[in-house]
Amino acid sequence: EDKLLTEPLSHPDFFNVKELFTLKDLFDARVHLGHKKGCRHRFMEPYIFGCRLDQDIIDLDQTMQHLQLALNFTAHVAYRGGIILFVTRKRQFCHLVESTARACGEYAHTRYWQGGLLTNAHVQFGPGVRLPDLLVFLSTLNNVFEPHVAIRDAAKMNIPTVGVVDTNCNPCLITYPIPGNDDSPAAVELYCKLFRMTIIRAKDKRRQSEAVEELR
Amino acid sequence: TLRLICTTTAVQRKNVGASGPEKYTEAFIKKQIEEFNLGKRHLANMMGEDPETFTQEDIDRAIAYLFPSGLFDKQARPVMKHPTEIFPEQRKIQWGEDGRPFHFLFYTGKQSYYSLMHETYEKLLNVQKHQDQLIAQDLPLQKEKRNLAGSRWLTKIELEEMLLEKVSDDDYSRFIQLLQKLVALPCADIEEKYIQKFCKEVPAQLKTVVIEPLQYDERGVAFSTGEGKRKTASATAVVYDNGTGKITVNGTDILHYFPVLQDREQLLFPFQFLGRIGKHDMVCTVSGGGRSAQAGAIRLASAKALRSFVTEKEVEFMRQAGLLTVDPRVKERKKPGQEGPRRKFTWKKR
Repeated sequence: EDKLLTEPLSHPDFFNVKELFTLKDLFDARVHLGHKKGCRHRFMEPYIFGCRLDQDIIDLDQTMQHLQLALNFTAHVAYRGGIILFVTRKRQFCHLVESTARACGEYAHTRYWQGGLLTNAHVQFGPGVRLPDLLVFLSTLNNVFEPHVAIRDAAKMNIPTVGVVDTNCNPCLITYPIPGNDDSPAAVELYCKLFRMTIIRAKDKRRQSEAVEELR
Repeated sequence: TLRLICTTTAVQRKNVGASGPEKYTEAFIKKQIEEFNLGKRHLANMMGEDPETFTQEDIDRAIAYLFPSGLFDKQARPVMKHPTEIFPEQRKIQWGEDGRPFHFLFYTGKQSYYSLMHETYEKLLNVQKHQDQLIAQDLPLQKEKRNLAGSRWLTKIELEEMLLEKVSDDDYSRFIQLLQKLVALPCADIEEKYIQKFCKEVPAQLKTVVIEPLQYDERGVAFSTGEGKRKTASATAVVYDNGTGKITVNGTDILHYFPVLQDREQLLFPFQFLGRIGKHDMVCTVSGGGRSAQAGAIRLASAKALRSFVTEKEVEFMRQAGLLTVDPRVKERKKPGQEGPRRKFTWKKR
């Protein structure tokens, strides 16, 4: 059993997430498009490639690296049977994200975030509840363009976060930020597809390894 | 859980009210069901009847016999029912052995409500896709309008019962708005079955009331009976056809029984409303109440009897005129500390 858990950690890319996306895919899905210069957040400046006609362009090379790290991390979490919670507050993609979560067998929260969900979970849900092991943000801002409360709460509860940060977002408290567009339907569909494929791949690998162990 | 080390005793006292209603575990309910079945057999033995064929009605009769209670409220009396009827239905533990919750929207807090919204939105997207396909093929969109007059949406309480969790007013109104949006689309007929789950029939008021057909006596004259009440007076009226407008009350003519013009006007009102003053004969009996109450009771009784002679439209007119409604006004009780039902004692400044 220990071998099952320690073996994936020795490889840099055990689940081979690099082959799931290419730079061209990201470009076709318009992931490099950011907001206007006036909306730029100070901490996003390292991730921005440049500015064209007042619109920020995100550096896709850095996005590739961050995306690979983030997908690798989610795959490891899913392999170890962790609870993944998809969070977004964009009304356009709420249905899509919920369907993605259902397809993976994981969980989603695209509605109004009640204050004590993570920090006061034992009172809200009941004693013995298990909190999510990973939070995935398809959009880090809420409907009033402020950072989502869940980022701060996850940091308080020591829960790692993966988040798509746009040029107007604050990437500080997110463990694995993915600089990229969070407003275009094409970009969000691409992210959902990638997360779904990684999680399903990780779970299948786990089942295979367990079957192989049992046969021995 | 945190353990408080140096605090006042006031903080350590458990606030019983703050924990909320008790949660009944599955084991507890199971034990209650076993106890109920055992108790049922004991009761049957006590009453000398067969334990195998002891029904719920027998239990109720036995309890009413063994524990006679003079309490006014039926729900306060001793009761022995199956635990599923006594303990309200509650949600069981939402997660499995490994801690993973069963429902994919568990972490939102209101999983049933949000999953309902998710499903309804999916139906809406389906209908829009179907509509786009029809437009692409240049086919006409169906324009059959659903009959909205006879149905209503579920109320908030009915929705709460369906979802087994609290629904706030805003959530409820949002859900109804989404349903209305779905129904407003032209191709909503595809999801008719899904929408029916949230509709309730509203039967028209008149359909529940059965209007009796005309009866014929030995002479072949059609007649009909009606009953009416007003304050403490109750009356029965028999209205005959082919009459001259003669009205008899308790054996005497109305001119002698009701000397006051107002009471006679009340009696004639139903006939005058339908325009049938000289066409019907009436024989009525009345008891209780005073002069005005008796007149009101006979008026209601005659209006009910006249329903059989008249078309449905005229019945609806009568109902709207207030001829068929029972007057609910009765004498108000006197309250302690006051002289009468409303009059207070004289207020003296000093």
